[in-house]
Amino acid sequence: MILRLLSFARPARGRLALAVLFGVLALGSGVALMATSAWLISRAAQHPPVLMLMVAIVAVRAFGLGRGVFRYLERLTGHDATFRILADLRARVYERLERLGPGFHSGDLLNRLVADVDAVQDLFLRVLLPCTVAAVVGGLSVGLAWALLPSAGAVLLCALLLAGVVAPWLTATTARRAEHRTTDLRADLTSHVVDTLHGAPELIAYGAAPARLAEAARLDRDFTRASARSATTAGAGAAVSALAGGLAVWGSLAVGVPAVRSGALDGVLLAVIVLLPLAAFEVVNGLPLAAQYRERVRRSGTRVFAVLDAPEPVPDPETPTPLPEAPYTLEITNLQARWTPTAPLALNDISLTLTPGRRCAIVGPSGSGKTTLTAVLLRFLEPSSGQATLNNTDIRDLTGDDVRRVIGLCAQDAHLFDSTIGANIRLARPTATDEEIRDALNRARLLDWIDTLPQGLDTHVGEHGAQVSGGQRQRIALARALLADFPILLLDEPAEHLDVATADALTADLLTATEGRTTLLVTHRLTGLDAVDEIIVLDEGQVIDRGTHTDLLSRPGLYRTLWHHEQPPEPTLIQSA
Amino acid sequence: MKPLDPRLLKHARTTRIFLVASVALGTATAGLIIAQATLLADMITRVFLGGATLGDLRTPLLLLLAVVLGRTLVAWLQEVAAHRSSAAVKSQLRGRLLAHALRLGPRWLSGERSGELATLATRGIDALDDYFSRYLPQLVLAVIVPVAVGARILLGDWLSAVTIATTLPLIPVFAILVGLTTQRKMDRQWRTLSVLSAHFLDVVAGLPTLKIFGRARAQADKIREVTDRYRRATMSTLRIAFLSALVLELLSTLSVALVAVSIGLRLVEGGLGLETALLVLILAPEAYLPLRQVGAQYHASVQGLTAAGRIFEVIETPAPSTGTRTDLPVDPVLRLDAVTVAYEGRDTPALDGFSLTVHPGETVALTGPSGAGKSTVLAALLGFVRPDSGRVLVDWDDLADLDPDAWRARIAWVPQRPHLFAGTVAANIRLGRPDASDADVREAARAANALDFLDTPLGERGLGLSAGQRQRVALARAFLRDAPLLLLDEPTSNLDAESEAAVIQAVRRLAANRTVVLAAHRPALAALADRVVSLEPAAVTA
Repeated sequence: MILRLLSFARPARGRLALAVLFGVLALGSGVALMATSAWLISRAAQHPPVLMLMVAIVAVRAFGLGRGVFRYLERLTGHDATFRILADLRARVYERLERLGPGFHSGDLLNRLVADVDAVQDLFLRVLLPCTVAAVVGGLSVGLAWALLPSAGAVLLCALLLAGVVAPWLTATTARRAEHRTTDLRADLTSHVVDTLHGAPELIAYGAAPARLAEAARLDRDFTRASARSATTAGAGAAVSALAGGLAVWGSLAVGVPAVRSGALDGVLLAVIVLLPLAAFEVVNGLPLAAQYRERVRRSGTRVFAVLDAPEPVPDPETPTPLPEAPYTLEITNLQARWTPTAPLALNDISLTLTPGRRCAIVGPSGSGKTTLTAVLLRFLEPSSGQATLNNTDIRDLTGDDVRRVIGLCAQDAHLFDSTIGANIRLARPTATDEEIRDALNRARLLDWIDTLPQGLDTHVGEHGAQVSGGQRQRIALARALLADFPILLLDEPAEHLDVATADALTADLLTATEGRTTLLVTHRLTGLDAVDEIIVLDEGQVIDRGTHTDLLSRPGLYRTLWHHEQPPEPTLIQSA
Repeated sequence: MKPLDPRLLKHARTTRIFLVASVALGTATAGLIIAQATLLADMITRVFLGGATLGDLRTPLLLLLAVVLGRTLVAWLQEVAAHRSSAAVKSQLRGRLLAHALRLGPRWLSGERSGELATLATRGIDALDDYFSRYLPQLVLAVIVPVAVGARILLGDWLSAVTIATTLPLIPVFAILVGLTTQRKMDRQWRTLSVLSAHFLDVVAGLPTLKIFGRARAQADKIREVTDRYRRATMSTLRIAFLSALVLELLSTLSVALVAVSIGLRLVEGGLGLETALLVLILAPEAYLPLRQVGAQYHASVQGLTAAGRIFEVIETPAPSTGTRTDLPVDPVLRLDAVTVAYEGRDTPALDGFSLTVHPGETVALTGPSGAGKSTVLAALLGFVRPDSGRVLVDWDDLADLDPDAWRARIAWVPQRPHLFAGTVAANIRLGRPDASDADVREAARAANALDFLDTPLGERGLGLSAGQRQRVALARAFLRDAPLLLLDEPTSNLDAESEAAVIQAVRRLAANRTVVLAAHRPALAALADRVVSLEPAAVTA
């Protein structure tokens, strides 16, 4: 898993290596500063001519300077490398998402995925870099101690392993165990808090808030007690780390003193081997944090790979048939589809023919399979049986991109990009002139509004189109779809999420704007449908009725029931508001 | 941002205990550091210059071992204290946050806010863990250790003490200076970073749209390009931003190097003893270490304090003053007297000078398109929404003067999108009357056509029931409440025709001898009313 993540580093391998080098030099300067100083002072105590100390003095000053400078360079190179990796990783994840198509993601999932991709970069900057640097400098320090006195090297090695491997492992294990113990309590508390905040109006209206808060306090107490209980073990890692550092100094002294007496170690070097561990232990300081990041990266990485490894739901044919010539007739015969292999059929045996210029509406309550149909027609979902053909060519024999050149969609949740109105519309046809854009807006009945805006087409729509109203958002999306000039246009609940008056006005304008164009309108509001050529009533994935508006109203059935539900109540007595 | 938010001391008293413990442990740490350095300097000198053997050093070696164990103990205690304190502080803040949020009421909590607060109260607050275990103890150490160590060095060699005393204060000064000049630039850069993530998210979220218009593939290069452009911009900022760390490192290590060289030279001249020199050499880096660590943990502090700050903002939002009168009139006439309510962020008021009189025992239906203010009328009657102008009168008393809990005790309310709590359906119905018998609950459920799923277990936010079923549970809740005033907000909007008929029957029975105000969209429901009042959107009437 981590190894696979490492393969992402390829575009910045050289820079990462450079960062490691700078890191080693920085941390190494710190260790060398202490070791050289210890020697300098011990030697100075023997009162030699100052000239003999000059090299050491220069070295001490150089190390003192080097540490800060190299650390600065390490951070710069490391960040630069990480950003390069991130750019590549984002593009790769995006390319994969693009192949997976829209069936895959919901908003929450996407938010998390974007955060996960950002989190993966920590692997290089906050895990890999500090760990490698710690290993190299730790190794060099042990090597130096070993060269002076092998037993001192052994002491330092054991202590560093204790602090650098055992202590982080201990911290991670105790943390995981504590988390495991409190998971249920935390979940209870969290759902209670969430529930309380979302249900606040009911709690207040029914005077139930005090009882609810008392229950929250009880759950909180249980959870807090359980967390506090794990505090005793939580300090284990820190304690072991502190112990290892102390023992390294103590042990070096314990092996160093007899060595000096036996002549195995020059007395001048005693201070070096005793003080070396003091500085060398700085290398393990960053490791607990690195371990924490590693855990986080692992979790994020798993989710990123789940996306990268997901199979393509609607692969293109190996030898695609070329796109037939316009005009297009769309013919759907006995089409069935389901969202997952085990799910019930979302679309059951639908047949429908759209000859050029014909307009059909598909109506039915939510969950009746209307949106599934658009997904199949756009090649976002593979049909499980039956077929859809364009001029007698099965759409499965065409590439998805070709199908979408002919069949376009204006969706209920059409995405507006955080840019200007003009840019959002131009997306449909980048070569369009301002005149063509204004014409599309005019047909979507938005031009008058645009012209009242001080910045006109250059007005920003904000994130997810937050700066414009729901009705305006849908009209911008409609203008975009009109500009694209798809031979066949699908309109999926364009009036969803709008209040009734706005919805009906939009539907009316929409039907006017699509006159003469091959159109399939998917909706659950019926107002205005007298303008279309055929209405198909869907319920639970099946066609239960079809005909014109007048036909359908003339006989009892779901259509008539829905129609009556939709009519506003007749006020019996009006009191002016 | 201040390193220690005084509001943390005020709202979470455990913080004070933790600070006291940290000071005690920090003092112990400083003492142990000095003891360790003294013992080491003494032993090395005795071995190197005095020819001492291991046997001669028995006592100091044992003492050193004790110091090592002492530091181990202190390290452990510090973690334990941090862990316990952060658990306690989080609990205290969570409790206050929740209680105060409910006090602030539904209007304040509406929209995105309840979700944001839920995140803050659960996951967001966990950012305090690192603040307590990493940042605060280091901050305390950064004050105590340099002073203690500096004092010890002063006793041994005043010249080194002066070097340290002059460079040490430069670290925070330079850090602040460099920080100030780069802060604005950094802030801008962080904003770019969020814009960048937002761009990626925007493109990914718009993927279906891009695919429909055949523009999806071209975006991959665009993502690469935008990230790369951002990298270049950020690197130029980081070059300056990292300067503060550079200054910090340079000052601390260069000072140690200068001290080392200076004592070395004075040793040669014989102006200084080896033992003192070693002591100074060991202690000098210790004086700088905590300050460097604090800098490294800055991130932990920012996240923790940001979460805490957001909580304090909520806790310190003044709750609206409420009336206190509990002697409520019996069977009052309800009057909305030229009530105007404008919601934040909307151009047109939800209600604009709206007047309405409801007599006791009357059933009034409010009709009108969505956005006309039907729900706002009900909210005003509940006291959830205080009119921006005009008054809500209960007989001739202003609703604002009445004790809201006593007033609401007389109301049963069914909102448009009822919230059900995790648990059982029966428990949810009982919200209206906690002491109701099982038989009463069944009766209410039957009346609301909700008997079929009375024992269904519910997940968070009523997961497990359809919208229509949820609405019927909320109706049963209102039926069980048995209150003289009934406020119903489109109670049949999610029901099929059959359930609608049954519920309307039940509402008709319930409405007898009660005052009812209902927002109605369907004709069948409006037909229940003695009187229909039609509301127009404020913008149209204005």
